[in-house]
Amino acid sequence: MSERTIEVGVFVALMAVVVLAGFGAARWRAPDNPHTLEEWGVGGRAFGNWTIWFLLGGSMYSAYTFIAVPALTYGVGAIGYFAVPFAVITTPITFAFTTKAWSVARRHGFLTHSEFATARFGSPGLGALVAVTGILATIPYVAVQLVSLQAVLRTVGFGGEWPLLAAVTVVSICTFRSGLRAPALLSIVKDVLLAWMLLTAVLMVAMYGGWDSAFDGAATRFAATPNPADGLLLPDTGHLGFLTLVIGSVLAIFAYPHALLGMLAAKDRATIRRNAAALPVYCIALAIMAMLGFFALARGVRPADGDLNTVVPQMIHEFFPPWSAGIAYAALSVAALIPASVMSIAAATTFTRSLYRPYLRPHATQATEAKVSRWVSLIVKFGAAALILAVDPAFSVDLQLIGGVVILQTIPTVFLGLMTRWFHRAALISGLITGLAVGVVMLYLTPRLDGAGRTVAEHFGGSSWSLGDGRSIYVGIVALAVNLAVTVVVTLVLRAAKVPSGADATRPDDYLADAGDPYLQRLDQLIDGLPRADEHPGRQREGVR
Amino acid sequence: MPAPARSRRWQWLLVVPAAAPLLTPYANRIEPRVAGVPFFFWYQIACALLAMVVITFVHLVSREDDHE
Repeated sequence: MSERTIEVGVFVALMAVVVLAGFGAARWRAPDNPHTLEEWGVGGRAFGNWTIWFLLGGSMYSAYTFIAVPALTYGVGAIGYFAVPFAVITTPITFAFTTKAWSVARRHGFLTHSEFATARFGSPGLGALVAVTGILATIPYVAVQLVSLQAVLRTVGFGGEWPLLAAVTVVSICTFRSGLRAPALLSIVKDVLLAWMLLTAVLMVAMYGGWDSAFDGAATRFAATPNPADGLLLPDTGHLGFLTLVIGSVLAIFAYPHALLGMLAAKDRATIRRNAAALPVYCIALAIMAMLGFFALARGVRPADGDLNTVVPQMIHEFFPPWSAGIAYAALSVAALIPASVMSIAAATTFTRSLYRPYLRPHATQATEAKVSRWVSLIVKFGAAALILAVDPAFSVDLQLIGGVVILQTIPTVFLGLMTRWFHRAALISGLITGLAVGVVMLYLTPRLDGAGRTVAEHFGGSSWSLGDGRSIYVGIVALAVNLAVTVVVTLVLRAAKVPSGADATRPDDYLADAGDPYLQRLDQLIDGLPRADEHPGRQREGVR
Repeated sequence: MPAPARSRRWQWLLVVPAAAPLLTPYANRIEPRVAGVPFFFWYQIACALLAMVVITFVHLVSREDDHE
């Protein structure tokens, strides 16, 4: 058997196991009442320590991360390492703030940021705006997962559109059937495969002269390029851009619907806190992946067709033993499909809870909610697939960049809103819209430069805004600063003019509620005036008495 | 029920792992290397380990307050 046959054989066999597991997931700890959005969207809020840990690892440390980050360090060096400090900083913030979000969501039955925005600031309009922003930012995020998957499939030898569409179809059916249980179960499979891949990678580095020779070889290659910004260290002018990108990415992760969704599936506060303590393990895995970019560069790995996303799959093909390569390809493919699934569930839930229910069908039952969400999750995934098939894949990466800047603008509402409701609802809406406008205009005006600093495209050339003296700043942070300034000023004006702000449906102790809380769902009627608790006796069970 | 102020105070320790990874302007150096990995890169891995230790500590000292 040729090496390629073994690679492909192991890959196909593992993917078959994954698909079977995905189909079977609906039976995994099957609920009494499977036709509610709570069951489909957040697994009945009953996941324990291990499940949540794997699920979060599966949805936040995606194939896009494991393929794009090494591609960045391969291409530009130290700047690409921004993902590691970003990932580390999210863990203490998760410990302190996601517990608050979990408690308030638990007590009110929220599944999304947008529902929280509606209740906290007494404004369905603000909630709808947050929902639209979240959905628009999520679709390109799903698309870049599929771009990563395509890069893997192409390296394995399944080029073209059909393998990608087949993969999307299979994962769509799994998600449609099993909801969040499918990605949660597959995350466990993925992490086992990924651990094997990392082990192989570390052994590979050791066999080829260790990290010394990888970094020294990469340094020699960087020295040979005309680009002054690349290298093993940040250039003196690179710190501002690096740090603003780290901070912007950290904040963005707390605004993306999918990251919250995974956390809401936890069964109690302690689960989230223990997970925050254990999540840095993934940061270390990410750091190793990022450093593999230098190994690939030092060893002269060439990306296929100049597409940097194929650097990691190519490196695996050239340096891994064939059966290990098959395992690694399966790990990366599953790592693309899990977040695609979680993100589409999150976008669908957001649509159902903050747009469909308030505006299209106010008296939708829980069964209808679950049904609508299932279908919308399909639309999101096939929409993302259509996006990358219809336009240049490189453009979907640009869309993801825009998505990051866009989602950041909901931070004053969904993140600062956890701590204070001082902001006026109209001020938050004006700040969000101003921030979106500033962010998108700045991205539009950013030219794309090649390594030597020549302009190769006029617009959407990245998310670094040049300050002229060689320094740059992350566009998302600038837009967020403008957004906050507008929000504060408009709040002050409206308060001075005594314009009434909306009623806050949450209470201070809502942010500390834990499982077993007797007041669970107590405020349902106040949120949207619907007698939800009466209509769904199944909800009582969730109180874990 | 709000937790007692004394164990709330421990939560401020979380600022350390949240701020440490941002010290890259001071960590922007090759030496000292660990296992061949330049300082800039292993510093962040050390930050990840620090985050695990600090978060675990804060979780343990404030754990009683979870059982409200």
